[in-house]
Amino acid sequence: MQNLVILVGALFVLVAIVLVHRIFVLVGVVKGTDKKRITPANKWNAALMVVFLLVTLSISGYYSYVHFDEYTIPIASEHGALTDNLFWITMGVTGVVFIITQVLLFGFSFKYQHNEKKPAFYYPDNGKLEALWTIVPAIVLAALIISGLSTWHKVTGPAPENAEVIEILGYQFAWKVRYPGADGQLGKHDYRLIDADNMFGMDFSDKTAFDDFIPRELHIPVNRPVEFKIRARDVIHSVFIPQFRLKMDAVPGMPTRFHFTATKTTEEMRRELNDPKFNYELACNQICGRGHFAMKMNVVVDSEEDYEKWKAEQKSWLSKNPEYLSRIPEELKELALVKTGMDTEAEANENSL
Amino acid sequence: MSTLDTQTAAHVEDHAHDDHHEHHDNFWTKYIFSTDHKMIGKQFLVTGIFWAIIGGALSMIFRLQLGFPDMDLEWIRPILGNWITPQGKLDPEFYLALVTMHGTIMVFFVLTAGLSGTFSNYLIPLQIGARDMASGFMNMLSYWFFFLSGVVMLVSLFIETGPASAGWWNYPPLSALPQAVSGSGAGMTMWLVAMALFIVSSLLGSINYITTVINLRTAGMTLARLPLTIWSFFLTAIIGVLSFPVLLAAALLLIFDRGFGTAFYLSEIYIGGEALPQVGGSPILYQHLFWFLGHPEVYIVLLPALGITSEVISTNSRKPIFGYRAMIGSMLGITILSFVVWAHHMFVSGMNPFLGTIFTLLTLIIAVPSAVKVFNYLATLWRGNIVFTPATLFSIGLVSLFISGGLTGIFLGNSAIDIQLHDTYFVVAHFHLVMGSASFFGLMAGVYHWFPKMFGRMMDSRLGYVHFWLTFIGVYMVFFPMHYIGIAGFPRHYYSFTNFQAFSGFSDLNAFVSAAAIFTFVAQLIFLFNFFYSMYKGRRAPQNPWNSNTLEWTTPIEPGHGNWPGAIPAVYRWPYDYSKPNADKDGFEDFIPQTVPLSETPNSNLPFEKEQMEEVKQK
Ligand code: HEM
Ligand SMILES: [Cu+2]
Ligand SMILES: [Cu+2]
Repeated sequence: MQNLVILVGALFVLVAIVLVHRIFVLVGVVKGTDKKRITPANKWNAALMVVFLLVTLSISGYYSYVHFDEYTIPIASEHGALTDNLFWITMGVTGVVFIITQVLLFGFSFKYQHNEKKPAFYYPDNGKLEALWTIVPAIVLAALIISGLSTWHKVTGPAPENAEVIEILGYQFAWKVRYPGADGQLGKHDYRLIDADNMFGMDFSDKTAFDDFIPRELHIPVNRPVEFKIRARDVIHSVFIPQFRLKMDAVPGMPTRFHFTATKTTEEMRRELNDPKFNYELACNQICGRGHFAMKMNVVVDSEEDYEKWKAEQKSWLSKNPEYLSRIPEELKELALVKTGMDTEAEANENSL
Repeated sequence: MSTLDTQTAAHVEDHAHDDHHEHHDNFWTKYIFSTDHKMIGKQFLVTGIFWAIIGGALSMIFRLQLGFPDMDLEWIRPILGNWITPQGKLDPEFYLALVTMHGTIMVFFVLTAGLSGTFSNYLIPLQIGARDMASGFMNMLSYWFFFLSGVVMLVSLFIETGPASAGWWNYPPLSALPQAVSGSGAGMTMWLVAMALFIVSSLLGSINYITTVINLRTAGMTLARLPLTIWSFFLTAIIGVLSFPVLLAAALLLIFDRGFGTAFYLSEIYIGGEALPQVGGSPILYQHLFWFLGHPEVYIVLLPALGITSEVISTNSRKPIFGYRAMIGSMLGITILSFVVWAHHMFVSGMNPFLGTIFTLLTLIIAVPSAVKVFNYLATLWRGNIVFTPATLFSIGLVSLFISGGLTGIFLGNSAIDIQLHDTYFVVAHFHLVMGSASFFGLMAGVYHWFPKMFGRMMDSRLGYVHFWLTFIGVYMVFFPMHYIGIAGFPRHYYSFTNFQAFSGFSDLNAFVSAAAIFTFVAQLIFLFNFFYSMYKGRRAPQNPWNSNTLEWTTPIEPGHGNWPGAIPAVYRWPYDYSKPNADKDGFEDFIPQTVPLSETPNSNLPFEKEQMEEVKQK
């Protein structure tokens, strides 16, 4: 049925085109314009140039103004303020150029439409003018480059010493995060050790891995530098959190990183947006297969206290997966029990017996 | 003539003999295995149009998904088969296949082969005054490699595991591992084979264009008298020759990684429950290689369109192109710079941030020659006497689109801003305006302008006007709103946006964009009708319908093999003597063709031309 509708529609369009064509031809022949080089259509086209300019400028201007709050999303990171600033400076500069050049383009097209009495002006060259419009853009661009690069350096420079390190792993089609635990160090990993449970391929011959924990959600503290260490397991993914203006590819075989400081807790953001259900989300920004559009992880920005509290509550991965204790070299077993807190648990168990 | 060196003079003589050969064409040699550049150009054009329809249709399907996610797509099952799920939805993997094939087809088959292939072939010999390309046989091969490439690509659309679906760039590991996405099985193999064939085609063509422009110019056709079209085709060919081999290398290494267990791009991968043996490869290496072609490629697509536009705008505003030398200079600048900006596609790929610094610098420099071109177009229109042919309209449209899309490049080129914008709809808006639409408009301008030469008949200009306005309004309605969606952070290559709060808005705008896309697509039927109808039934073309100065209009209305029945005319001036002061006193209207000697125009000669005449006399 639907196919029929489409077929009929297509037929209708075709017939319409043919009809319009016939009419054009006949009118042309009657008016004798069919062989003329300049027809009344010239005026129409010229006029439409101006109409087009005015209509599109007003619609886009109107939309940009009225929907401003919808398409600009709040900033929730320190560097985000800088890059957004650059964005709007660039918008200002290019906006002016956009309007001037488009107005001239359509304006000239209208104003200098064919006129028997006004021959064109033979004007092949003007060295000064050309120098002018080479040098001025060059200067403007130089200014944009300089401000851009200084921001780029701040964003991509080394993370501060005290940064909270969190590992993010992308795989088809989800994210996992790993925290270094109390020792502040992420344990080694090896992709050959990956299995259905040990998704990071944590290497338990490394003692710093014992207390690493892998929560369901990504928590980060507000107003404290955070450094993401980013990995991918299968294909390239890309870490993207829009409100943080944060994006970095996750590449198999090549760890990447991104450091930033969040400036608004989830709670604050909920209040600001007046949306009690608001959540920061981590999205995938690099085509990675079937589930690309659904690779989401919730991100929670906590106040300092909440964050520490949350962290303290997290159990190490090893303590949740005790069967992996067998992978630990004999001499480190003792340490593993201590670091994961399993020794006290074991004691408690013994005592209760 | 100071510029008429003996070598080219001899060459003119030489070719004059050719005409005494009789050409007995049968169907096969005339339409299929033709070595005539004009026929090959038309073959490229018609094939390009075919691919444009396919590529456009693919985009219609995914736009339906994006704009109307709840729509029941059961009705396309007859075409797509099991790619429509039992629930009547588009399969998410096939969505990726669609965007991948759309991108590949549009960039390579339509805007490279269909544009550059058509007009380089068609116009180079006609505008420089040559009988044919340097090697007609290689030229024929070039088309047939392209055709073969197309066949392979087309077949890949119909295989069970689907065509390549890792994005038009096909980054490994996604493109290397069939476990990762089913399109990376046989579909990707066919993609690679098709691209390899395409590269061969492109190289055969480009070498021919370069050789022809260098060697076969007619007497007096100095480099400084070449129409800007030829300059643009020439530089495009140079870019192609230098960059396409790198894509071939990238593809070869990928073939090895896929089939022979090498690890150029693969390292430390765990997929489908097993750890792959490859270590030490780098996915980033592929990205560098791909974009080393990928960025120049966008100029391969755009430069011919700019060349065509220069020609059309100058002719129809009845004014010389403003700053002819600056136009060449800026194209040269773009050519050179286009090779050193590729990594701006990789600011957040994980490459060393220091590279980001360098590539930001180089990228923003390329905006300068682009700006110069725009200003020169404006200056050409200024105080012109503009005749709005459909070609003029499309050229003016191109300039507008080039401005709109070029300016957003300045955001993206700035690495710090690109962090947020990379791979969002902002990028989609950028390149569809500046490359997709602008080059498409250049293609259209070229077809409308040279149709009379190609087929000896005129297209209906009124249908052309309607086609232009609907298309112009259409592409702005499709691509302008994408800026908002992109600023809001919507990532590209998303099958649907419902999984994220952050991307849950703008469903109305997405629906609008899809509706506009369908509208624009349907409007192209007007062109198709006009094109094929006029080919057989159009009004007969006069010899020089646009009162143009260039050489192709001195050939017979329907030029045969060898282009000029007699000797090839010599050239005495640049192609832009429009509305020259005092031309009327020499008995000319507002144009003086390139073939008119300076001695016939004593009144309108400029001081430097008078000097030239003096020199000749002294000799
Ligand atoms: C004014 C000068 C231009 C600058 C500074 C510029 C800059 C950029 C940058 C930085 C990107 C990468 C964005 C990203 O992926 O995050 C980009 C993408 C792109 N640009 Fe431009 N551009 C300019 C002009 C052009 C022109 C003239 C064309 C084509 C004719 C073009 C075609 C493209 C294409 C096709 C892409 C996207 C490729 C993809 O991701 O699929 N750009 N541009
Ligand atoms: Cu993804
Ligand atoms: Cu580029």
